[in-house]
Amino acid sequence: MSKPIKRPVTIVISALGGQGGGVLTNWLIALAERCDYFAQSTSIPGVAQRTGATIYYLEMFPKASVENQDNPPVMALMPLPGDVDLVVAAELMEAGRAVQKHYVTPDKTTLIASTHRVFSIAEKMALGDGTGDSDVVTEAARDAAKEFIAFDMEHLAAELGCVISSIMFGAIAGAGILPFPREAFRAAIEAEGKMVEANLTGFDGGYQAAINSHKPQKQKPAEAIIPARPNTPEGEALVRRINALPEAAREYALAGARKLLDYQDMAYASDYLTMLEGFAARDRAPYGISRELARYLALWMAFDDVIRVADIKTRSDRVAKYRAEVGAKDGQIVHMVEFMHPRLEEIIGTLPPGLANLVEKSSFLTWFFGKFTGPRLSDSTKISSFLMLYFLAGLRRFRRRSLRYVQEHRQIGLWLDHIRSMMAENYDLAVEIIRCQRLIKGYGETHARGMASFRSIMAFIDTGEGNVTADKIIRLRTAALADDTGKALEKELLPDQ
Amino acid sequence: MAERSFVKEVKKLRLGAGEVFHGEGILAVTKGLLQSGVAYVGGYQGSPVSHLMDVLADGEKILSELGVHFEANGSEASAAAMLSASISYPLRGAVTWKSTVGTNVASDALANLASAGVMGGTVIIIGEDYGEGASIMQERSHAFAMKSQMWLINPRPNLPKMVDMLEKSFELSEASNTPLFFQMRIRACHLHGQFVAKDNLRPAFTVADALQYPNREDDKIILPPFTFRQEKQKLEQRWPAAIKYIRDNGLNEVFDGPEKDIGILVEGGLYNVVIRALQMLGLADSLGSTQIPIYVMNVTYPLVDEELVAFARNKRAVLMVEEGQPNFTEQALNKIFNDAGLACKISGKDILPAYGEYSGQVTLEGITAFLKKYRPDLARDKTAAVTAPLSDDLNVAIPARPPGLCTGCPERPFFAAMKMLEEDYGEIHISADIGCNSFGTLPPFRIGNTIMGYGLGAASSSAFSSVPGARAIAIMGDGGFWHNGLTSGIASAVYNNSDNVFIIVDNGYTAATGGQYIPSSAKSLKQDERKARIQDAVEGVGVKWVRTMRSYNISDVKALVHEAMTSDYIGPKVIVIEGECMLNRQRREKPLRQKNIKSGKRQIVKRFYVESETCTGDHACVRLSGCPSLTIRPNPDILREDPVAYVDNSCVGCGVCGENVHAAVLCPSFSRAELVYNPTGWDRLKDNLRAAIIGPLQRRADRKRARVSL
Repeated sequence: MSKPIKRPVTIVISALGGQGGGVLTNWLIALAERCDYFAQSTSIPGVAQRTGATIYYLEMFPKASVENQDNPPVMALMPLPGDVDLVVAAELMEAGRAVQKHYVTPDKTTLIASTHRVFSIAEKMALGDGTGDSDVVTEAARDAAKEFIAFDMEHLAAELGCVISSIMFGAIAGAGILPFPREAFRAAIEAEGKMVEANLTGFDGGYQAAINSHKPQKQKPAEAIIPARPNTPEGEALVRRINALPEAAREYALAGARKLLDYQDMAYASDYLTMLEGFAARDRAPYGISRELARYLALWMAFDDVIRVADIKTRSDRVAKYRAEVGAKDGQIVHMVEFMHPRLEEIIGTLPPGLANLVEKSSFLTWFFGKFTGPRLSDSTKISSFLMLYFLAGLRRFRRRSLRYVQEHRQIGLWLDHIRSMMAENYDLAVEIIRCQRLIKGYGETHARGMASFRSIMAFIDTGEGNVTADKIIRLRTAALADDTGKALEKELLPDQ
Repeated sequence: MAERSFVKEVKKLRLGAGEVFHGEGILAVTKGLLQSGVAYVGGYQGSPVSHLMDVLADGEKILSELGVHFEANGSEASAAAMLSASISYPLRGAVTWKSTVGTNVASDALANLASAGVMGGTVIIIGEDYGEGASIMQERSHAFAMKSQMWLINPRPNLPKMVDMLEKSFELSEASNTPLFFQMRIRACHLHGQFVAKDNLRPAFTVADALQYPNREDDKIILPPFTFRQEKQKLEQRWPAAIKYIRDNGLNEVFDGPEKDIGILVEGGLYNVVIRALQMLGLADSLGSTQIPIYVMNVTYPLVDEELVAFARNKRAVLMVEEGQPNFTEQALNKIFNDAGLACKISGKDILPAYGEYSGQVTLEGITAFLKKYRPDLARDKTAAVTAPLSDDLNVAIPARPPGLCTGCPERPFFAAMKMLEEDYGEIHISADIGCNSFGTLPPFRIGNTIMGYGLGAASSSAFSSVPGARAIAIMGDGGFWHNGLTSGIASAVYNNSDNVFIIVDNGYTAATGGQYIPSSAKSLKQDERKARIQDAVEGVGVKWVRTMRSYNISDVKALVHEAMTSDYIGPKVIVIEGECMLNRQRREKPLRQKNIKSGKRQIVKRFYVESETCTGDHACVRLSGCPSLTIRPNPDILREDPVAYVDNSCVGCGVCGENVHAAVLCPSFSRAELVYNPTGWDRLKDNLRAAIIGPLQRRADRKRARVSL
């Protein structure tokens, strides 16, 4: 038997729940049958079909190559590495997974992928940033594929008002590797008869995008330095001071100054620069301390308090952003029900230390202020709720006299002392101490936990003697972000580590 | 209403002789049942044969037209027991379930059925959940066939063959008076293909006929002395009859080839992957012509010794491609060849992996190794180049995607409450169960120490039920409760005066298998009455402490479980946590909502929103939720490095985020948007009034901010 061995066209589709992998598969089957091909598909749904990725596998074989139609080709039910013509992945990491499974090979496979991310639970639940490295996956996909077509299909789908499956179908046509004419693709959508118009729009969009982007679009650089636009003499003076800082620190220093101006006022931004300048003057190339401090000092100084929350929730641009994100139509009435849970310490924190002390000691005052604590829902579009928030936001002119302010600045002072004392003898360690500010964030329990971790690390630095190295601090910080019970940090702090 | 509707597809069940059927494996098999003149059908849902139950339910009208009885059985044991209808009547019957788990549940009835033997053809369609995508422990159904002496059909996976083998299965069952398994793997169930249909057959004998002419045969009773005779009959009559039928009708197939000194023996279901591997090696073509002879076992039990010996005679070696462990068939081959005095060597799990799915890659590697050993001239190395190891960076970057609860799932708030309770108590011993609630054992919740089987959550806490001053918790779903948990768990706990806490999560359906109905399903689209209440059932078996709570009230759920854990009452404490499966609820409510909006009725649509500016990227909210719609995105602030939480468009506004924020004192970033459609005059008046006061204040603040900028 020396018949020429003709391969079927083999296709792997990887889609997450709700991305329409099944619909896409049905279109492809209809397309192939319409064009006189034998077509077979099968699928492995993710475990119990919930939240996992479903892998669809299709084979197509021209009827014209089969002499006896009663003896159809034997089609496989699963892909074989090195034997796949087309892989379509509706999400970037799923494209990576196809590469991982060796479905994508440089001699055969065209890989069509959406570059958007659907984050896994492990990535989402990390205490800090647990997201997988998209660049690594993109690079591996480009290396593995014969041709790599990638663009953000989710974005395009949202723009065109269609589902992602129609974009993928269009991209397959645009890639030009299936032996079927474009019109046959469109006919398959029309024949199915469901949401034809939207699907055809998506198809055309995907088709064009595949043709335009035979390589992935370059990501924008992280964030270009936004040129400052001061509109007051004080502002101009501040910008001059920022420009006098080491270049490495300027981007963050401008962002930090802007943040603190927005948070409090020009004087506060100026205080920030003064503190920063003190360190910059003693810093040396490559000015890591100045750069990191510009970032983390601004974040700490803009600590979250009741005033800040109220300020943000009452702004007009917030309302506009909110409405856009929830998909409100122009003029549509949208209630914005805020979930707040003020605690006594947050309310006391806005009072001056003397008064705060008084409240803490007086059971009547504690009872009285206690009435404002606890879980509450307030619709910030209601006049009474809005006025309450507006009033709280207005307290910002008294913020620098509040207990919370005093407490935070005392901590900031201690932190800066640590950095200052370490700068000369162990530069890297000083940088890592600065970065520990990352642990302090949030409100309520989250803030208390982060603060406790931060303090444990600072205490370790004070008493840890010879063990204290930059690496150790990195390990401690990582441990602090590993769980929210503090167990990992506790273990890392044990003396025998 | 099941998750997937087959109302449109079931029309294909009416196709007549000569018409071409296009569709999925499950539907094709259903059509095969009707073409076989089946008199009754039933089963219990579970992947990958859930859709078979859905197809039967949606096709009930067609079934009743043909006089076929359909029953959604209460468990696999119920389904197997139903097959007793074929013991003394010429009734053809078929049931389906997920295997091996369903076969485990059914095995008592199956053993009795197999011992008594059947008069009417009896087929059990098992969805073999093995390998990629499996959700259960990895075992073979093969052992059940062997122990009860039932036949095991494992057809080549293409629709014409599957339908043909199904029709022949009824004949084989009748010819040998033996019930049999018809095995389908996940991919075969979801296989889209085509076959030429035949007319449906009305059953020659119906269940109504049976009741009209009852027939009793003493020797079909499972009591001595009949049981001894039945065992004898199995070996001396039924087995030879089966072998004869299999040989006479050519159920197993030989595809011969020129390289006659070697051969491959393969279970029918694995034939396609073997052919593809041979194609890769240049030893077969797309139409299945092969250079190496192949013997395909469409019947994997019993083995036909004569066929095997004839195939292997004059061969140096054969490769047995048999998936799963133990390698029953390979072991049997050794005995058969030895008795026949063959010199043929047998390779199998010495070359192929001892366990795990035989994927294309694994099969290709196995056949290559076999050829290298016996016919190096035919061996080509096609595997190494394409499967070179990948960088560690890539393996680290790609996250796993474990299954989880759906967007808006009512079980999420329950597990969030349990997690908060554990934060107060420290860890608690919790017996988990099968169903959507199993996902509570995975991150972010990690609630549950053991999973013992469907409906066995309550029973599996029983060793811990009499420790003074300490209690364990058992969780099960409403599906598991009705499957057997009421008796195996709750009634047993009452009898033994267990002091544990039993939590039954009532979402109204067997939701994990696609939302099929159970006795306590509430009134909804398809079902017009609730048939039974869980609370009544547990009280009926003697539970005195029963409480019910809506799952979304997180603080209350937490307080209630705390109450049960600390109550002075000694005895089983049952908590029913109610919340309808969100998938089903949305399917019912969404169209109604759309209709209201279109018709001009006032309608409020809710969804959640997270403030990026106040979200600090700690993700405590995610750790208490895991909702697919509560996700993350890059931080818009260049100073902050951690991604911020974000609610995407799939949010259904279930309210869990808000409840969590309050119950766990999270950040003030969450807000519930209430979009008003078709507002009333009063709505507009209020809105205008608000705009008149709030607008100027906001603009004033905007102006003030704009005065100084950088």
